[in-house]
Amino acid sequence: MTPQEVVERALALPGADDRVVIVDEDTSANLRFAGNTLTTNGVARGSRLTVISIVGAGTGVVSRSGVTPDQIAGVVGAADQAARDAQPSEDARPLVAGDVAADWDRPAEETSIAVFRDLAPALGEAFAAAEAGGRRLYGFAEHLVNSVFVGTSTGLRRRHDQPTGRLELNAKSPDMTRSAWVGAATRDFTDVDIAALDATLAQRLEWAKRKIDLAPGRYETLLPPGAVADLMIYLYWSSGARDAFDGRTVFAKPGGGTRVGEELAKLPIDLYSDPARAGVECGGFTVAHTSSREQSVFDNGFTLGQTKWIAEGKLANLIQSRHSAEVTGLPETPAIDNLIMEGPAGGKSLEEMIAATERGLLLTCLWYIREVDPQTLLLTGLTRDGVYLVENGEVTGEVNNFRFNESPVDLLGRITEVGAASQTLPREWNDYFTRTIMPPLRVPDFNMSTVSQAN
Amino acid sequence: MRQIDPDFLALPLRRLADAALQRARELGAEFAAFRLERVRAETLRLFDARLEGSSDADDLGFAVRVVKNGTWGFAGGITLTPEAVAEVAAQAVLVAEVSAPLNREPIELATEPVHEGVWVSSYDVDPFDVPLRDKVALLGDWSSGLLAKGVDHVSASLMQVKEQKFYADSAGTVTTQQRVRVHPALTAMKTEGSTFDDMRTLAPPVGRGYEYLTGTGWDFPAELAELPDLLAEKLTAPSVKAGTYDLVVDPSNLWLTIHESIGHATELDRALGYEAAYAGTSFATFDQLNTLTYGSPIMNVTGDRTADHGLASVGWDDEGVQGQRFDIVRDGTLVGYQLDRRMALMKGLGRSNGCAFADSPGHPPIQRMANVSLQPAENGPSAEELIAGVDDGIYVLGDKSWSIDMQRYNFQFTGQRFYKIENGRLAGQLRDVAYQATTTDFWRSMDAVGGPETYVLGGAFNCGKGQPGQVAPVSHGCPPARFRGVKILNTVQEGGK
Repeated sequence: MTPQEVVERALALPGADDRVVIVDEDTSANLRFAGNTLTTNGVARGSRLTVISIVGAGTGVVSRSGVTPDQIAGVVGAADQAARDAQPSEDARPLVAGDVAADWDRPAEETSIAVFRDLAPALGEAFAAAEAGGRRLYGFAEHLVNSVFVGTSTGLRRRHDQPTGRLELNAKSPDMTRSAWVGAATRDFTDVDIAALDATLAQRLEWAKRKIDLAPGRYETLLPPGAVADLMIYLYWSSGARDAFDGRTVFAKPGGGTRVGEELAKLPIDLYSDPARAGVECGGFTVAHTSSREQSVFDNGFTLGQTKWIAEGKLANLIQSRHSAEVTGLPETPAIDNLIMEGPAGGKSLEEMIAATERGLLLTCLWYIREVDPQTLLLTGLTRDGVYLVENGEVTGEVNNFRFNESPVDLLGRITEVGAASQTLPREWNDYFTRTIMPPLRVPDFNMSTVSQAN
Repeated sequence: MRQIDPDFLALPLRRLADAALQRARELGAEFAAFRLERVRAETLRLFDARLEGSSDADDLGFAVRVVKNGTWGFAGGITLTPEAVAEVAAQAVLVAEVSAPLNREPIELATEPVHEGVWVSSYDVDPFDVPLRDKVALLGDWSSGLLAKGVDHVSASLMQVKEQKFYADSAGTVTTQQRVRVHPALTAMKTEGSTFDDMRTLAPPVGRGYEYLTGTGWDFPAELAELPDLLAEKLTAPSVKAGTYDLVVDPSNLWLTIHESIGHATELDRALGYEAAYAGTSFATFDQLNTLTYGSPIMNVTGDRTADHGLASVGWDDEGVQGQRFDIVRDGTLVGYQLDRRMALMKGLGRSNGCAFADSPGHPPIQRMANVSLQPAENGPSAEELIAGVDDGIYVLGDKSWSIDMQRYNFQFTGQRFYKIENGRLAGQLRDVAYQATTTDFWRSMDAVGGPETYVLGGAFNCGKGQPGQVAPVSHGCPPARFRGVKILNTVQEGGK
């Protein structure tokens, strides 16, 4: 059966007042390598049927993989029973109304190991070049395609095909004391230039030949787009409206309500999501397999458009469902699967920002980022794979790694320069979030709390 | 002992395995393994005693892993017919062939006896046999009890997993396993003036069934009865003065420090660089085996795949290796690593100690953590006796924030509760505390560990590693332990306030 036929059969069965049916078809291919050689690889395929049944105000959700046609009724029956057993759902409301999307009947898209047909030989050449140049390459290439089909008993039919590709390249010296990293987000690997990425790594390993020890402290720091992405993704994930309204996050207003409307950054920064943004296109409607603080199964199919989270430096919106929007009195702004940050027009490139730096640190990426204090959104983590000292506009060597303690919210208020935004791959969170466009940032006093011996 | 569910055994396990292994052999594979898994996970989340969301999902599928011309090939599928399985076996061989130009290290595996058997973890009540409404009612009652005692909000969750796994390889090993785990957790939240804070139950996730929620292995009513007052005290506690203190660390916090600074640091794939681009490497490099002074002489750490109720306990791993117990740190010295079959042979360490694991049918096995545990001291002290030996220090309970660098040197942890220790006695809670150290400095500063009666098994469902990312459950047992001269941060000051 096609996914569309599965949706229709599950919706047609009796037993519930309303129903949402989601079919996810997933294919993936990956290559992993270390020390200039392949370590693991694979292809996989998955298929998942999720049935959300509504009986009265009760909701039942059952999700099963590899469902055969004769098993559909069993999954539907289990979801119906769970709905009959459930307490009334607080987020219950009429399902999103809609029609059948024009592309509904198209088959699911797929990937295979063939997506690496050009990449694999290029990697092989890079391994050989690295071996000859005294470098060891480590990394990972992955391509995923998710095709999701959403149907509701109100007649809505939506589908979306989401390709997600990522490449991480990490070069090390043979004694492992120098390390550099580059990453790329891609939809299909046709835009990935392995030789150019490897050249960047070679340059950075050269920079690292001069080692400089620096003590902990607050330093003027240039955050490259990938590091900015990791900090802003955590901020985004922490911006649930309901939690803020309940007084549990940095976006809670003391005494009640939220900080929406409050100035967070002195510079006119925008942080937003936009499903249609070129290069980071993502699904234009809500897909919710379960309800939570930030999403509701009743919102499946809800149309998503550009949403400003921070506009001109002010907190503009928080993530929420139609239900929580009623509770908080704020607009309906569900989560979207990309994140874009931009400053004023005319921002410099990272290279130009380096050239304009008298003395400061240039980071490569941040790692092991964890929340220390939700009240301030204080995060801790490590610098990784290259912290470079910039003096008089040039990189003069590599300094030790640091543990940082910083709040991305507090940091927004201290930024002194926003560079030109570009598509980037976050390092820490790219297992979950790859579609970002971020600028480099200059922070006058980034808190390097202690030295890490790691290199 | 419980039995494996009949509906899993009713699947055509051996017929599918035969089809996969035969096809792989026909296509020239030197080694082939077939694994069929069903992982069922149910999660409930309540907020203020109302069900906020639930999910009941399974992941049923199979994987074929081959070695062809010295190169790994892996493919996963979902259609449970001999024809489809054979096709996926052919895909795995193709993946090996496509990947061969990138491979410079031929794959060879340490030998392992052929096994045939069945293993089921220790549990009494299958949580999937308990009606959803009963679970919601229990969590709701517990939540209501906390709300009635003056906390502002309560979140409650219950995660339940049943993992069923059939494995067969070309050497002749055939095993079938089933294990169950549960993790209930409640967090109370309260605001005092302009300050808000929360406190979570210390009950660890365990390899038990629903009986864990009804009196076996943990006393939830007793812990919940104390939570509101403890949270109220925390909200008005003084902020810690940053500096250097002696610490007594409870097992509810120390398990995570063990996990991050010993468990991951003694994974041989990390030490050899296979995780260098992602999870990282390890300061405990292979050349330091049997010489590195990891900690003080009272430090003894084992890896264990056999611990009763351990989250990483199995009968056999995903390379057909029998579960074992082995030494990692003995009398303070690094003496062992966690291994898979390839690395065991490569480094001349003999048999694998059974640490290969895949979190789902769609992922290949990678080297994953055993239950890595700090052993208690025979006739060792109680927590109170450890505290009595501290003049100016802090007693740490419960895990919260954690972070460690990519070579496992520098770490920073917070907790659920911190108590000031003055002249050998507890003197009220402190706020805004984090401890920060370098791994070997920390473990070398350990001057006492508790006795066997203080030993508690902590752990987590969601240890992440590998690319594609995989999660694995793991337990860590330990007694409370005392550490001298540890750096304490004030987290508010760290935030620049």
